[in-house]
Amino acid sequence: MSTLEIKDLHVSIDTEQGTKEILKGVSLTIKTGQTHAIMGPNGSGKSTLASTIAGHPRYKVTSGTITLDGEDVLAMTVDQRARAGLFLAMQYPVEVPGVSMTNFLRTAKTAIDGEAPKLRTWTKDVKAAMAQLRIDADFAERNVNEGFSGGEKKRVEILQLELFKPKFAILDETDSGLDVDALKVVSEGVNRAHEAGNMGTLLITHYTRILRYIKPDFVHVFVDGQVVEEGGPELADRLEDEGYDRYATGAGAATIAAAAQA
Amino acid sequence: MTEITTEKARIGAPSAQPFINGFTEEGESLSPINSATSKAPLAGEAVKRHSHGGGVGIPDSSRAGRLTSYNLADFKPLTGLEEDWRFTPLKRLRGLHSEVLSGAAPTVTVSGPERVTVETVARGDKRIGSAGIPEDRVSANAWENFSEATVLTIPAGFEADAEITVVIEGTSTEAAAQHVVIVAEKFSKAIVVLGHQGTAVVSENIEIVVEDGANLTVVSLQEWNDDAVHASSQQAKIGRDAKLKHVVVSLGGDLVRVTPSARFTAPGGEVEMFGLYFADAGQHLEQRLFVDHAVANCKSNVLYKGALQGRNAHAVWVGDVLIRKEAEGTDSYEANRNLLLTDGARADSVPNLEIETGLIKGAGHASATGRLDDEHLFYLMARGIPEDVARRLVVRGFLHEIIQQIKVPALEERLTEAVERELAVTNN
Repeated sequence: MSTLEIKDLHVSIDTEQGTKEILKGVSLTIKTGQTHAIMGPNGSGKSTLASTIAGHPRYKVTSGTITLDGEDVLAMTVDQRARAGLFLAMQYPVEVPGVSMTNFLRTAKTAIDGEAPKLRTWTKDVKAAMAQLRIDADFAERNVNEGFSGGEKKRVEILQLELFKPKFAILDETDSGLDVDALKVVSEGVNRAHEAGNMGTLLITHYTRILRYIKPDFVHVFVDGQVVEEGGPELADRLEDEGYDRYATGAGAATIAAAAQA
Repeated sequence: MTEITTEKARIGAPSAQPFINGFTEEGESLSPINSATSKAPLAGEAVKRHSHGGGVGIPDSSRAGRLTSYNLADFKPLTGLEEDWRFTPLKRLRGLHSEVLSGAAPTVTVSGPERVTVETVARGDKRIGSAGIPEDRVSANAWENFSEATVLTIPAGFEADAEITVVIEGTSTEAAAQHVVIVAEKFSKAIVVLGHQGTAVVSENIEIVVEDGANLTVVSLQEWNDDAVHASSQQAKIGRDAKLKHVVVSLGGDLVRVTPSARFTAPGGEVEMFGLYFADAGQHLEQRLFVDHAVANCKSNVLYKGALQGRNAHAVWVGDVLIRKEAEGTDSYEANRNLLLTDGARADSVPNLEIETGLIKGAGHASATGRLDDEHLFYLMARGIPEDVARRLVVRGFLHEIIQQIKVPALEERLTEAVERELAVTNN
């Protein structure tokens, strides 16, 4: 059982207009076996949270902590975080020209496990995982994400999730840009990884659509860099009916207060 | 390294590092006669309007007007201000542009399928001059001074099952001239690998004749010792429906300047020109290529990629593509990519595209010079790969795109190892 704990996290970025605070005190605790959905309108800071956990250099943590089983995640480099068991499925996976998928997957697996995977079983595992995600076998020979469609890139992110077996998976709008069929395939992949029982999931999404396939245990609503409402899966249903309008600026605090009284 | 978006505006931005000695920030010191703003009668626009080609000593702003001649005397002594020479440190040419090239030419050893004929011929051989004519003084100097030439012939219809290896081995630093002619006769198919090694100060003319329907690959490897100086004009004439793949790989030598050109003489021709270079501290690796679409319905694709590391590592790439009025239906693309691995290195990249007809399939040119892409590194590191390994993966991948074009497994392997050795130098 592992715990990923985020406490009062404040994050800024440098822009041409100066420093801009994006996360304004976010606290969240995820445990193995749990699925937390983070929902919110565009620009609310959802993706910033994901990138900050992974250690993207653009995001500066000004205060607060992130710990993984008590270890200070913020003190780790990007690759150390991944080796510690954090996995970010990116919203816009980049193309890495000249690096073949095969080479990339094996290099990453070796780095994460600290030893090279056994060639025979590894090849078999990769093939099987690709087949389940309906990724063409010839993708293995292609360069990382190069020329892949949006949907193909997302499948390849989930392929990595299944192969690398992280302690915590952060899915940054993995559902956006997917058609229904691809969404099902991708969700099945996440559910398979989850059912293995050693993973916690932070699912970041703008839409409720993916929550039909991946059932969250908790739903957190993000507005303007803060969690304005928290609840169970039923909160997602309510968001589907009502949208984010009721969290219009200024209403956030009142809503939380109302929810607390209820 | 790919498309430069606003978010990555910092990539390729001028750094605070000092410029290479003798260069301004623009890397050039333009001659007054070349400057478009000059009021001299032969300058700028006037040059373009009044040039009819062969205007001795007056560089034209169109590649079509470039002086070509077999006579050294037609080329004026170089000053370094010429458009064609503005990036080249003439002092380091060690006389290739100014001395009589009387040194012993590097030895030529050819191995390959038996049916390929190899001859050593005198200057008067009729095949000499069949594909090339010097386009600059250094090439003309070699033409004036070479004593004998090597002629390689791939007979008509012959499809070579193994590559033809031409080892050009230098053993002296006396300025020398070299001449090689490669003839791929009709409907033949072959891969020729020119391996330049050892130590030499040499100006070389390589003529490549690709007859109708032939399919020829020429790989020119520059793996010289650190003190070598090499200028190589590699001119190809492409026949009807013929195909040439030309690959330039420059790794070793103090100064290497390769000037490949491809001229289409009949419709249906296709040319692919690839280049890979890895410039280390102090090295000057220059490539200037020319694709002359003089006839209709030909296709050309150019991609040169280079990595640079170390102080005063300098790479130059100039790509001239000319689509003449007659060349309707042309499909053409040229691109250059440079990766600066450390401070203190410099890459100059000039993609020139001249189009004289609108009735073409496509014409494009592109150039990008940048540092290792932070987003690539982030992606790889976010998968647990340590930074140094990630950097190597990216550089290796960047250059591998060219290596994998060679299609000679043993050679691809050897070049991959050579790139690894270069990378090991600075732990990139």
